[in-house]
Amino acid sequence: MSPELILALLAATVQAGTPILYATLGEIISERAGVLNLGVEGIMALSSFAGFLGCHLTGSAWLGLAAGGLAGALLAGLHGVVCQVFLGNQVVSGLALTIFGVGLCNFLGTPYIGQATDGFHQFAVPLLADLPILGRIFFRQDALVYLSFLMPALVWFLLWRTSFGLGLRAAGEMPAAASAAGLNPQRLRFLGVLLGGLLCGLGGAYLSLAHTNLWTTGLSGGRGWVAVALVIFAFWRPGRAVAGAYLFGGVMAFQLRLQASGTNVPSSLLLMLPYVLTVLVLVLSAARAQSARRRGILGRKSAAPAALGVNIESVG
Amino acid sequence: MKQRIRTFGALALTLALGLALVLAGCEKASEKAPEKVAPSAEGGPKTGELKIGFVYTSPVGEAGYSWAHDQGRKAIEKLPDVKTSFAEAVKDGTDAERVIENMARSGYDLIFTTSFGFMDPTMKVAKDFPKVKFMHCSGFKSAENVSNYFGRIYQARYLTGMVAGLMTKSNIIGYVAAFPIPEVIRGINAFTLGVRSVNPKAQVRVVWTKTWFDPALEKDAAISLLDVNADVIAQHQDSPGPQEAAQQRGKYSIGYNSDMAVFAPKAHLTAAVWNWAPLYEAIVKEVRAGTWTGNRVIWWGMDKGIVDIAPFGPMVPKAVADKVLAQKAEFVKGNDKVFVGPIKDQGGKVKIPDGVKAEDKELLGMTWFVDGVVGSVQ
Repeated sequence: MSPELILALLAATVQAGTPILYATLGEIISERAGVLNLGVEGIMALSSFAGFLGCHLTGSAWLGLAAGGLAGALLAGLHGVVCQVFLGNQVVSGLALTIFGVGLCNFLGTPYIGQATDGFHQFAVPLLADLPILGRIFFRQDALVYLSFLMPALVWFLLWRTSFGLGLRAAGEMPAAASAAGLNPQRLRFLGVLLGGLLCGLGGAYLSLAHTNLWTTGLSGGRGWVAVALVIFAFWRPGRAVAGAYLFGGVMAFQLRLQASGTNVPSSLLLMLPYVLTVLVLVLSAARAQSARRRGILGRKSAAPAALGVNIESVG
Repeated sequence: MKQRIRTFGALALTLALGLALVLAGCEKASEKAPEKVAPSAEGGPKTGELKIGFVYTSPVGEAGYSWAHDQGRKAIEKLPDVKTSFAEAVKDGTDAERVIENMARSGYDLIFTTSFGFMDPTMKVAKDFPKVKFMHCSGFKSAENVSNYFGRIYQARYLTGMVAGLMTKSNIIGYVAAFPIPEVIRGINAFTLGVRSVNPKAQVRVVWTKTWFDPALEKDAAISLLDVNADVIAQHQDSPGPQEAAQQRGKYSIGYNSDMAVFAPKAHLTAAVWNWAPLYEAIVKEVRAGTWTGNRVIWWGMDKGIVDIAPFGPMVPKAVADKVLAQKAEFVKGNDKVFVGPIKDQGGKVKIPDGVKAEDKELLGMTWFVDGVVGSVQ
């Protein structure tokens, strides 16, 4: 591969990783608040449609993005109601949410298939785009990619540097303690779910507004599931989510370029690569967490939130 | 007590979600099958109103594979005493079976099932409704009341390949391919033979996406080909993703199924397109005359006008257009030399010997790439 090809590959990596990054960050917030949301795939599917529709109706890509985020928050809110109000099983509700979101996206979106939108376009950031290497990779993208550069830091700040974040994490680690401190863990969890859904929704809207400017169903294409897996890979930390999302995006972009460069490897094997990587990542991070726990090095710090998936029973 | 109410509530909500989902899944196909009594007696000429149904795999939309079939449907609807209707976005498998059976049950005389994935559902319904006539597109199974049809789109591919071969400057042509099945492989081979007939130095690079319609992925695949210096992008899928990519990079593109110029007017050189009307009109005539039979494979080419190329874009020079149109005239005359040997595979082994014309059976089972294609056939 020539240097130019490698740069193109890395730029494509950033683009392919961006929707996954949004969704992974969203799921981190939700799980940090103690709510496992397996509905990310459904949320991304529905918000890809909401994003398209918003842009299609108003002609504004930003309003489309807002519609996508809103749809994500609403659908996640449904999950929040099921789990927080009715104390439904988080796994079951999340799975139902995925099937529901994908189905609703197909149902509502089918009549619009093939319609073009004027979404987000790539533009060079003044000065930064002229940086050697980095400019080509990071600063000739679209507005949503630039926004995604800020996101991990924002999420980190929210979770670890604000009292709201502290309460949110408490609701995920030990809701009783949060309650004893005078907080309302149920409300905090609900907010965490909504916020997480919003971010997943931005990821979904990215697919229909920036990745392609042509509406079709099925844009989420399993990216939501990858995001759920990457949360574990990231040990519930925003910084590591960046690495995970780009790693995954990189493998996706790489397999296409490997084919284009004329290799004779069967394409079925190459198309499998991203998913093999996901499984590998899960196994490795689980093994690592286990050995760390055994040696007591990382302790509880890197493991999952203690009350993840456990509903708050005794409130009200 | 409160606990139990909550559990109940959660259950109810989950059920409601499930129900909503089932509903959303079910009501996808827009079936417009009116109620009617059993079909009239078969065998002899058919008088009175003919009811003809079409089943499409994708939404008709404004371009693409199903749209092309629908143009054919509109053509026969203009015939006297013909009534047509269609179901779009029908999924393979049980969904398709339900839709086809519904049409057969409501008194349709003739049903066109237009996608490869409808083959088994068509066979199954045909068995239960021996009086209804079925035409299945692109498959290989038939029965007393089921015939097969497809078109020699590879002839159009060959012509578009010539255009690509004459327009490329980098001598690298990208091909965004769908699934590695004979139909797609045959198209890539015919395209490449067309490229090589005018430009022996050019190569065709293939990237498989394993999709029929995924604009995001297909666009990415086209970009990966543009990144390795391809300057003409051809495609098999229905989505304009690759066209969009080529236009954004200021390179050329070649469409498929229908004229894709609207999606990329600055890039679109031409497209291999379907024109089903002549075939559909002929089938209706047969049914009218009582000469229609099952167990046939109808595979028409450019001589009958069911495949063609889209009008050339303004960037195609007259010399190029003339050369391609001269070859088209040969096809129209019925002179089809696309798969006449010597044709070598990628490894240089002669697969079709000098002067021999490949039989249709060979073409229908093609699983190897001709010399000039760069990529794996799997």
